[in-house]
Amino acid sequence: MDWIFAQPLPLLWSFAGLLALLAAGTVAAGIARVSGSALADDLGPRMQSWWLICALLVGALLMGWQAFTLLFALVSFIALREFITLAPTRREDRLVVLFVYASVLITYWAVWIDNFAYFLVIPPVFIFIATAILMAFFGRTEGFLATAGIMQWGVIVCVFNLGHVAFLMRTPFEEVPEAGPAGLVFILIATTQLNDVAQYCWGKAFGRHKISPKVSPNKTWEGAIGGFLTTAVVFVLLAPYFTPLTLWPSVFVGLLLPIAGFFGDITMSAIKRDLGVKDTSRLLPGHGGALDRLDSLMFTAPLFLHALAYFSLERF
Amino acid sequence: MIWQLFRRFILVFIARPFAMLVIGLDVRGRRHLPTQGPAIIAANHNSHIDTLLLLCLFPSKTLKQVRPVAAADHFLKTRLSTWFSRNVIGIIPVNRKGAQKGEDVLAGCKQALENNEILVIFPEGSRGEAEQMGAFKSGIARLAEALPETPVVPVYIQGAGRVLPRGSRIIVPFNCSAIVGAPFRWCGKKDAFMTRLRDTIETLRADAPPLRWL
Repeated sequence: MDWIFAQPLPLLWSFAGLLALLAAGTVAAGIARVSGSALADDLGPRMQSWWLICALLVGALLMGWQAFTLLFALVSFIALREFITLAPTRREDRLVVLFVYASVLITYWAVWIDNFAYFLVIPPVFIFIATAILMAFFGRTEGFLATAGIMQWGVIVCVFNLGHVAFLMRTPFEEVPEAGPAGLVFILIATTQLNDVAQYCWGKAFGRHKISPKVSPNKTWEGAIGGFLTTAVVFVLLAPYFTPLTLWPSVFVGLLLPIAGFFGDITMSAIKRDLGVKDTSRLLPGHGGALDRLDSLMFTAPLFLHALAYFSLERF
Repeated sequence: MIWQLFRRFILVFIARPFAMLVIGLDVRGRRHLPTQGPAIIAANHNSHIDTLLLLCLFPSKTLKQVRPVAAADHFLKTRLSTWFSRNVIGIIPVNRKGAQKGEDVLAGCKQALENNEILVIFPEGSRGEAEQMGAFKSGIARLAEALPETPVVPVYIQGAGRVLPRGSRIIVPFNCSAIVGAPFRWCGKKDAFMTRLRDTIETLRADAPPLRWL
């Protein structure tokens, strides 16, 4: 048990809070089922998936950066597999696709050896060029730009952007004595997911004016602004316990995160509409695919890391 | 007995995790899968991955009954492939050329159904071009006619043709879906049975997520 109590206090409190939220959600799902509400069909599986996501995440955060890097390498791979399955590729490009999967290993290797410069340069420079070279060898010219673009997009959003979450876990403890690197990762993910939920709730309650009827008809100005403010307030209140940010930087990051998350969300919606699917897969019952759950994080993670690097972290 | 345990061990602890990683394995209509034999699973065929995928649909307990039907001339070519096909995949070999000599090529399949086993049959006979369905062969109708009480479970498999298309040796991960339809039985007429089988699998295909090649 000593090992548990050696963890930073804010982290333990937040895990306890998370447990309470999950329990509350499960109880709500149970009540919905007993009272025969239509909500139960959606909420039940949704809560089960949340339990799984939280168990994996909290487990990996407690075990340290090694476990966390492996977990996120797997998450990146699953997200990439979903992306490459949905987006059209050409039969000739099968070997290039295999190389694109290998980019997960190459990029997370940079995380593993804690080399931020390698990490920053591998996906956008080396993998980008290598993909184009391989395609020139294997492919035909029709659809070249479209397929190359699809693969490079997949690498950036699924591997590079999500990889930032894993790299955040490599922050030296001395720089974040409040709750350690795990605290940074936790507040990033918690804020991003809270924003999705808050926007949904505000939108359900007060939503009137649609932001972008074509891309995402359920998004309203009321929902978005209510969600932004809720998320920002929660972030500013929690920031002193999890991050080294002072007040005004924390207000800035608190507004940056929900706005980035919002755009990550509608970007993935636009892609799904373009491809003619509603969910990216059925990996997580009640949520859809991995990409449906990770869409906001794909935009918030790199921006969060770079904002922290700008305001306080010397490491990055 | 030992081989049976060995087979289940390989399928559950090696093949299934591998399948989860490489093909994701999304199953719709799992409730239609038989929990015990006799039964016939009929699926479209684009790739060797199809057999792996169908074997991974069953829980460990049912696995010992599941027997893919496969061409003897293809799978019993070398000693290694014979050993692997018989002991790990658990195939029932069918001699595709035996009919000319007047032997009952389906005798092994009928025997298996009488032993309450679950046959996995690809009515196309061999692997077609990726994401296209070839003509169905009528051996499955003769089996259903011989044992008319056997439920036939149609399955549409999508994506396996991209993971490992015919003629390729390299496996590339893509998510695959298996859509299981409601079981039906022999209806008394061969043509009607074959039409029904094909139409059902075509209908299941419409439920699959869209799939595009450029």
